Order: sequence, then structure tokens, then C-alpha cells
Amino acid sequence: MATKVRYRIAGLAAVALIALEGCSSSGQGSSGGTITLHALFMKQAGYSDQEVADMTTAFEAANPDIKVQTEFVAYEALHDKIVTDQVGGSGIYDTVLMDTIWPAEFAHAGIVQDLTSMLPSDFTTGVFQSAFAGGEYNGHFYGVPWLNDTEFLFYNKAMLAQAGFSNPPTTWAELMTQAQALKSKGIVQYPFVGQWAQSELGVCDWTTIAAGQSGGATFFDGSGNPTFNQGGPLAALQLMAQMKNEGLANPASLGYGSDDVRNVLIAGQAAFGLDWTYVYAAANDPSQSKVVGQIGITAAPGGGTNGGMSMAITRSSKHVDAALKYDLFLASQEQEEKYTDNALPEWKASFDKPDLAKGAPDLWAAAKVAFNTMVSRPMVPYYTSLSNALQVAIQKALTGEETPKAALDDVAAQVPNMANQ
Amino acid sequence: MQLFAERQLKLTRRLPKGEQWLAGAMIAPAAFVIFFVAAVPLVGVLWMSLFHHVLINPNYQPFVGLGNYTDQLGNPDFWAAVQRSLIFTVASTSIELVLGLLLALLMNQPLRLRWILRGLVILPWALPGVSNALMWRWIDQAQYGALNALLTQTGLSNSYINWLGDPHIAIYMVVLADVYKNTPLVALLILAALQTVPKEPIEAARVDGAGSFQIFRYITLSWIKPVILIALVLRTMDAFKVFDTIWIMTKGGPANSTQTIAIYAYQTAYNTYNFGGGAALGYLIALLIAVLAAIYIRLLRGGTAR
Repeated sequence: MATKVRYRIAGLAAVALIALEGCSSSGQGSSGGTITLHALFMKQAGYSDQEVADMTTAFEAANPDIKVQTEFVAYEALHDKIVTDQVGGSGIYDTVLMDTIWPAEFAHAGIVQDLTSMLPSDFTTGVFQSAFAGGEYNGHFYGVPWLNDTEFLFYNKAMLAQAGFSNPPTTWAELMTQAQALKSKGIVQYPFVGQWAQSELGVCDWTTIAAGQSGGATFFDGSGNPTFNQGGPLAALQLMAQMKNEGLANPASLGYGSDDVRNVLIAGQAAFGLDWTYVYAAANDPSQSKVVGQIGITAAPGGGTNGGMSMAITRSSKHVDAALKYDLFLASQEQEEKYTDNALPEWKASFDKPDLAKGAPDLWAAAKVAFNTMVSRPMVPYYTSLSNALQVAIQKALTGEETPKAALDDVAAQVPNMANQ
Repeated sequence: MQLFAERQLKLTRRLPKGEQWLAGAMIAPAAFVIFFVAAVPLVGVLWMSLFHHVLINPNYQPFVGLGNYTDQLGNPDFWAAVQRSLIFTVASTSIELVLGLLLALLMNQPLRLRWILRGLVILPWALPGVSNALMWRWIDQAQYGALNALLTQTGLSNSYINWLGDPHIAIYMVVLADVYKNTPLVALLILAALQTVPKEPIEAARVDGAGSFQIFRYITLSWIKPVILIALVLRTMDAFKVFDTIWIMTKGGPANSTQTIAIYAYQTAYNTYNFGGGAALGYLIALLIAVLAAIYIRLLRGGTAR
């Protein structure tokens, strides 16, 4: 009996050992002259899985000595996956999709490589300059801009016409005038809807509105001291609070994300809203929208928040050249112009091709202006802590718990602590 | 329970030596797993809580002793989160107990369609927590949610109420979602106890002229008191560490008004990768729950010693 048990335990131990061995041998690197790259993408928004797969197949066909293994995770998991892979894990990925708010943090932690001297000049001159800011920190580039997006101003043409306005506003002051007229004429109860929930999106709207204020979206001075409690950012928060207090902004905005703003716009319950490119398609889809053909799109006054993403190369990658080749292929004008259903190209020349724009001329015309004027959110290594504090400050100002100035001063006072973490 | 345990113990003692070895070997894998998934992380987290451990800053991790704990205890955000957790816990648990008791009493009546009532009552409990939270987020949606539609269409309110966007209301809306989901558990526990209430003392009391309320107060309630206490303990512990419902409905907003202690700990540990601070918070939460547990165990002892 006891011998049998011993045999069984020995058998189990052997199985466990084999299983453990299997876990430790993760595939990395090259075999027989072929390089295998590991690339990490996100699953939602922007290019679809299938489009990335098609682009990758095309890349492999053009570069037979390079194979690419792609992996897709939810956006919410992307940052954690990159950090844990590079800081605590096995460093399996060569190239990763990097959101525009991460380069400072990643560069500071040494997770991604400096690509400044490696980007070819036809790329740096061909792509909208403001797209590069999404991968930049301290004057160095850590990402190849790829997925292009920004916040646009969507407006309801029919409502504006009813109020006697033939054009959308080009400044925030003009937007306020139009909103007041729309409200006083009873055309819409709450003319503006914002994505002001306690989330990153609140910071996006605030940044976009700051870009259109005097002083612009400047959050820090040259020596790294916070200036977001004055100038453009302060004026933006004051404007948001004013909109809320005067009933020009929908009070429910405080719980709204981008899908909520889209839903309110396409239900015809708001005249203005800031949102991302994807709303344009939804607004003109009869199965979703009550206001097909009525929703106009224009560049946000002064510029919109950069919502793009770049491809970065990790510090653990042993195939930097191959990874860069792959990233530049994905971001090439040819590929970006081939897949325009879910993301618009980042190449200036693409916007001079009427063929590309013929399905959605309004969108392309607005994007041509908007992509030239994108603004970045604060670029600091402690961005996540800063953003969390800003989200709360924005909400405190909007609910009237604190004045905009006091709320932003509070966050500015916390900055030294955040920077020391 | 105690008797059963004693009998088990005697059984083990009586095992012959060879079989004791066998029993040990069979328990070993489970013990091994428990050791690695429970004991090792517990000690690991305690160890981590003594260091400045920020994942994104791997080259600077000095020993800080109890620094992470004193940082948290001196942080007004921590105490604000504890306060919100207490409000959430007291509000949701007390409503669930009262409603659960009433529902259990109703389900215990000899009604004709009692089985339908019981089936309906258990439905919310069968919902996954995430689905329940998503459902309530839709119901509470200010512009196209069912709650505002109901209130305006029945004339109870003439304007939309911003349920999840108003910092003074949002916390009660997450309480409501929790009450909807968890009242059935309390009701079922109490119902099970109600069905064991003996008939004799009730009949005797009735003969002695006791009214329905007196019978309920002095016989039924005192009989089911231990079960009510168990329900209270279970719900309190659960409510104190609530996460999913709030995370899905409000992510702790607006203006942090629903940021309970579990949300605060999560944000500390995973938003900013401050694992040292997060680990310390984990232990502080465990300590708070242990204090609650100790109070309840005393209550329970008092409750069972009838």
C-alpha cells in the first residue's frame, strides 16, 4: 500500500516538474536566421484585430526573415501588461502599443527605447507634427505614432439653424453665445454635453477646452513647476463650471463617458459635445442615430486633446531594428491609407487625396485641421497620480464643492509629493 | 458542530500508524497549495508593506518600516474612504436586514402561490455582481435611465435627477444596487430559521393571551436571532469590502463621493503602482474587518446562549 502511494506521489511530482518546465521556456528571439518579434496591441478602438493581422501578413510577406507574433489585450489591461512584462516579468515583447499619456512614465522607468535618431526623415516630415508629441518626452521620441485620434467638436446642424446660426462656433466664447441662445429659445434644455465623469476622459475634455483659452493647454513651466492652476487650464475649468452652473452643460455630464456623450448626441438631445472620431460613423448610422445627417463635425476651437497611440520598442527587445521596421511599416502611408474604416491616417498628404475622403468629406475636412492642432495632456512621469488628482479636482469644481482655482491649487500643491514617489 | 469535530478528532487518533501516514500524504497536496496561495502571499504582502515599493521605480525600494502605515493613517483621503465604507455598510446592511426579515415573514405565510414568490425573491441573488451593477448603472442613467423615466412619467418628478453624477446622491444609489442584490440572501437565511420555529411555545403563548406582535417579539424573533446575527456578520464583512458594484457604477466618483476603502486601496496599489502603500492598506483593511468580526463574535456568543 505504502509503496503504491510512493509511486503515485513520484508520478505526480514528475508531472508537476514537466509542467513547470513548460512554463519557463517562453519563446523569445530567433531561430535559423528568422527573427520572431512579439508585438502587443489593444483589442478595442482604432484598427481592428483583423486589420492588424492583415497588415502583419503583408509585412511578413515583404520581410520573409521576420515573423511577428501579435497579441491583443483590452485597453484597460494594456498599461499593466507592459509594465509587469518589463519591470517584473520576462520581457517578452519587442514592440508595444503605447498610449499618449505613458511615454514620460515609461521613459523615466527605462521601459522603452529612445527612437529619436532612428526615425527616418520622410516619416518625421510626412506625418502631422502634433502626432509626434504623443510619443515624446523631454524632446526625445519614444514611439512611432500610429493610431491617430483627437477630440472633435460635434454639433447639431438643425438646432443651430433653428437658432439662426449658419456656422459652428470657432471659439469657446462663440460656443457659449450660441449655447445661451439655444437654451433661451427653448431649442434644447442642455446645449452642451461633456464626458466629465471621474475618469481620464474628464482630463481630456478639460485639456481640449484649455487649448482654446488664452494661454492654451500649458500645464507646466520650463523648470517643471505646475502652471495648470492658472492661464488656459484654469480658464477652461472656470468655463466648464460656468456651463454647468448656467444650465448650458447637461448636469449628467458628471457621470458621462464618451459612449454616453455619443448616445446623447445621436438621440438629438444636445447641440454640442466633445468626442472622438468614432462618433461620426454612429451619428450617420440609421440603426443607431435619430439625427442622421444632422450631426456636424469640426475641429475643437484651439485644438483637441491628442488621443493617439504610438508603437514603442521595449528595452528588453533584442531585435530593435526589426521591431522598428515593423512599426514603420504599420505606420506607413500606404498601410494607413489602406485601412481608414476605424482610424484616419496621420500623413499630411493623405488629406489632399479626395478619393480617400469621399465617404465622409466632413470628417476628413475637420481632421485635416484637427490633426494639425492636437494638444497633449501633461507629460510627466507621475501622470497617473496627477490625472487621478485632476479628475477629482475637476469634479469638485463642477459640483461647486470648491472653486476651480482652489481645486487646481490643491492638486498643484500635491505635485512635489507625486514627483518624489 | 463541536461534537462533530470531537468525533472526527477521535477517529483520527484511532488510525493505525501506516494509515496516518497515508492520511497525511493525501492531505499534503491541499496543505501545500493552501500554504502557497494563502500563507506565502500573506507574509509576502506584509514584507512588501515595509518597503517603498513602487513598481514603476524598481531601482529605489528602501526599507521604510511602518512608514507606509503611518502615511496612510495620516492621510485624510484614507479616513474619508473609511467613513464612506462605514456609511455604505451601515446603510446597506440595515436596509437589507429589515427588508430581508419582512420578505422572510411574508414567504413563511401559508400563501397559495408561495413558490412563485420564493422564486422571484431569489432572482436578484442569482445575478452576477457585475451584471447587477451594470443594470443599475443603466437604470440610474440620468437621461435615458428607467428610474427617471418612471418618476417623470408618473408625475413624481418634473425633471431628471442626476443620480450618479451628484456627489450627495451617488452613494445611496450604490447602496440601493447592493440592497437589491443582497436582500434575498438575508431573506433566505431568515426564512430557513423561521421554518424551524417550534409551534408549541407559540400555541402556549396564544393560550396565555399573547398577541401576534408579542409572539413575534418574544418567541419568533428570539428564536431566529442567531441567524439574524449571522446574516449581519456576513453582510457587514461583505459590504465593508465592497468593490465590484461601486467600481462598475461610478469608479469611486463623482468627486470621490463613492470611493470606499476597497476602491481607495485598489487605486493606490494599481493606478499608481504603489504596491508598498497598497500592501499596507490591505493590512489596515484586514485589521478593521478583524475588529468588526471580534465585536460580532461577542454578539453571536451572547445570541446563541439562550
